[in-house]
Amino acid sequence: MKNKRATSASAAAIPRSQIVVYCLVALISLAGLADATYLTAQAFSGETMVCGGSPDCFKVLGSPYAHLGSVPLALVGAIAYFIVFSFAILAAFGYAKMRRFLLITVWSMFAVTLWLLYTQAFILHAFCRYCLFSAAMVFLLAGLIVASRSP
Amino acid sequence: MSSSKAIKSFLPFVIIGVVAALTITIGAMLYRAKRVAAVTMSKEQTVAAQATGSVHVRGSVDAPVTLEEFGDFQCPPCGRLAEPLQQIEKDYGSRLRVIFRNFPFTTHEHAHEAAYAAEAAGLQGRFWEMHDLLYREQAAWAKSKEVQTLFEAYSGMIHLDVERFKKDMASERVKEKVESDRKRGEALGVKNTPTIFINNESVPPTSLNPTALRAAIDAALREKKGS
Repeated sequence: MKNKRATSASAAAIPRSQIVVYCLVALISLAGLADATYLTAQAFSGETMVCGGSPDCFKVLGSPYAHLGSVPLALVGAIAYFIVFSFAILAAFGYAKMRRFLLITVWSMFAVTLWLLYTQAFILHAFCRYCLFSAAMVFLLAGLIVASRSP
Repeated sequence: MSSSKAIKSFLPFVIIGVVAALTITIGAMLYRAKRVAAVTMSKEQTVAAQATGSVHVRGSVDAPVTLEEFGDFQCPPCGRLAEPLQQIEKDYGSRLRVIFRNFPFTTHEHAHEAAYAAEAAGLQGRFWEMHDLLYREQAAWAKSKEVQTLFEAYSGMIHLDVERFKKDMASERVKEKVESDRKRGEALGVKNTPTIFINNESVPPTSLNPTALRAAIDAALREKKGS
């Protein structure tokens, strides 16, 4: 009985605009998840990226920066996007605690994305378009999170 | 009323579960699709290739049929034949071994560089990986203005020591190897690519298709059995 009330109370406490924001976060994280899943499959299969004949994809995705030990960074990204998606869905359904977890995850991804952009620009001197797409998704997620917290 | 609440409390987990299942399924399908196209070489093939040193051989050393190809990595017909040839290799297994020799044409802008890239990869024991990759990605690098950068990136993708690969690509050793293949081809009367010999018998240009090649290999196998 107590539990039921807590759930319905927290669901009722979320304004409609925030539910829309969490749904948007979920949708954007799905786009990021699709991108990261594609890159993960590519990394495990050993297939190369053509990227329209540009060598930049090879330079970035073939570099040591694209792996954490033997784990492709794309897999870590896919897991992160999935976590964001899950937290956003739960937050939209009124699980108040998930908002904090969502915040922490998105800002962690934002920090990693900044590091990866720096690596591409100043260390590898090449940009991979799949990675740029992922960076754009993370920036959008961060923007939405900021917007959802502003009064 | 209570059932709608129950549905509402389960719904987020159902959505998350469905997305997880879809992601894993799509990821696995993508992996399978890409894996088919990606470079694969069995242990037996690797051993055979390494054992023969400077000549690039794939397949069993004791195979009754030897298919020797003179190829140019930038020649479109060679590129088109590469995948069917790999399938033929798989299908015939231990009954067929394949030898590749470089025959780059100067009319193809990057053909020599590609041959050097394959030979440089060969010095690190990965000639066939680079061979398959060069043919598979032919459309991408053949038009590229940054072909050297691409080849270096390919070397990274097949886990070569990239610095060593760069040095080897520019080395005289590699150039001499390509030149010696070329001289062998000229001595055998090779004028076009691909030129294929099956048990030292030249395959006519009109038979350079998977069906005719299989027929020629079958004939060679029958001949071996008969003798």
